[in-house]
Amino acid sequence: MSVPLLSIERARKTFGGLVAVNDVSFEVGQGELLGLIGPNGSGKTTMLNLISGALSPTSGSIRLSGQPIGGLPVHKIARIGVARTFQLVRVLPSMSAVENVVAGAVFGRNRLWGSEARSLAYELLERVGLKGREEQPVTAMTYIDQKRIELARALAGNPHVLLLDEWLAGLNPSELRIGIDLIREISTQGRTIIMVEHVMDAIRSLCGRCVVMSSGVKIADGPSADVLADPEVVRAYLGDDDA
Amino acid sequence: MNIPRNEILALGAGLAGAAVLALLPLVTEGFWLSIGVNIMLYAVMCTAWALFSGPTHLVSLASAAFFGVGTYAVAIFIDVLPFPVLILIAIAAGTVLALLVGLATLRLSGVYFVIFTLGLAELIGQIVTWVQTNFGGAIGLYVFTDFTETHLYWMLLALTVVVFITGWLVNRSRLGLALRIIGNDEAVARHVGVNTARARIILFAISGSFIAVAGAIMAPRYSYITPDAAFNPMTSFMVVIMPMLGGTRRLWGPLVGVVPFTLIMDFISSNFPNQTAVIVGIAFLAIVYVLPDGVTGWLETMFHRRRSTENGPLAKTAEEVK
Repeated sequence: MSVPLLSIERARKTFGGLVAVNDVSFEVGQGELLGLIGPNGSGKTTMLNLISGALSPTSGSIRLSGQPIGGLPVHKIARIGVARTFQLVRVLPSMSAVENVVAGAVFGRNRLWGSEARSLAYELLERVGLKGREEQPVTAMTYIDQKRIELARALAGNPHVLLLDEWLAGLNPSELRIGIDLIREISTQGRTIIMVEHVMDAIRSLCGRCVVMSSGVKIADGPSADVLADPEVVRAYLGDDDA
Repeated sequence: MNIPRNEILALGAGLAGAAVLALLPLVTEGFWLSIGVNIMLYAVMCTAWALFSGPTHLVSLASAAFFGVGTYAVAIFIDVLPFPVLILIAIAAGTVLALLVGLATLRLSGVYFVIFTLGLAELIGQIVTWVQTNFGGAIGLYVFTDFTETHLYWMLLALTVVVFITGWLVNRSRLGLALRIIGNDEAVARHVGVNTARARIILFAISGSFIAVAGAIMAPRYSYITPDAAFNPMTSFMVVIMPMLGGTRRLWGPLVGVVPFTLIMDFISSNFPNQTAVIVGIAFLAIVYVLPDGVTGWLETMFHRRRSTENGPLAKTAEEVK
């Protein structure tokens, strides 16, 4: 890769005395599917929040195609082209499935309106497997279907970078297979994705490359198979005795 | 732009209804006309209030502040400027006030927003009193005009039409969609790219300036303007309770609450002048407990329930999932 799509340099976030993200640097190339992994409390979600703008970095820089985005308001970063799903699924409860997705199409990077926004929403709902259920209220939908809505909403903004925060968590084995296939499909269409995930099978089968964090520090970065075999990564997950 | 057929019909029906209502002063004077003025006044204020507070679920008790600012815009300049200019001043004053409140309350939600707006009306009323007693020489200001009840009624009716058209346009716009998303989940709104601060402030300014204009139009009726009357907190409560009775999910929802409530309030205040506040309080409780979504919300729920039982097992499972 020549110019990385997203480059993070010495990003740091502290909450009082706690250093949640400690001078983390990594780059993500155009079209890459990067896994961001690490034990609980290692700072993965905080890292995503720094990229999406939900939190502003204490220091360091975050650039999207060379443009600094670290510390900008969330909505500006969304318009520049970062979309996300949430660790705990967040749909718009009083709106129908298609309206949820239209929300992404209208205000994201696309800025569509009216019938254009609706037809994109219909297309995306079909892609995530909700064809024929466009007008249903989202509150009547199951957990995985709400996750599909969230994914379609994020895609509707046509983002440069898609952030998935444990999108596969809480799915049963058959749903998990569907979910993995869906992410793979989106990735092969050229979308750049960063996924925070605990489901190691998904990381192994989806991500060519992984960044591993532990206690706010990046401890490994490289091809998934190598990284997951790294003794230091195993130690971070399982403790000293098992390494 | 393509407008759905039913909305064109509603628009036509609304304009026809307004044309018929405009004939009221030709038929009656006195009691029913003054009731008509009251109904139009609250129709403007409640619909304008619901434009902001309906979708965002942020209950504003600042209506008295906007109303009072509009009233004083007229009271201060009535002798030196023509009335239409005073209306423009009221709009400007309402907008400026809304911008200040909006900027101050951007990070506030829920009960903190309610308390702030309640305090604001009181604060401005006190400031006006202080300024007048220290620099004005008297507590109140006289407003003498040639306006009759008929003029006030027509102006308020016209303002009601403008509020409805504005509300309809807002609902069809990006701004309206943005507000609905904010009301559902402000964090999601920001993450899909909505400038939530801007959307909130713009709509609060639209809503507030309409209430200020209503205050300006009402000033001639009082003829002697005091801070107590102009910044009366009762105005703010009435403007919350009527849309709650009617429902805020639809543009015309508040109106459904305004008409019966104004009639009942007039009956109560003329027959039980000393118990008015108590009865308003009880009405407040009753509405919140019995009709949390208002009359229109209740009707819609009933309608959907009937439809879903007609649709059979599929719709039933959807209900069960809930």
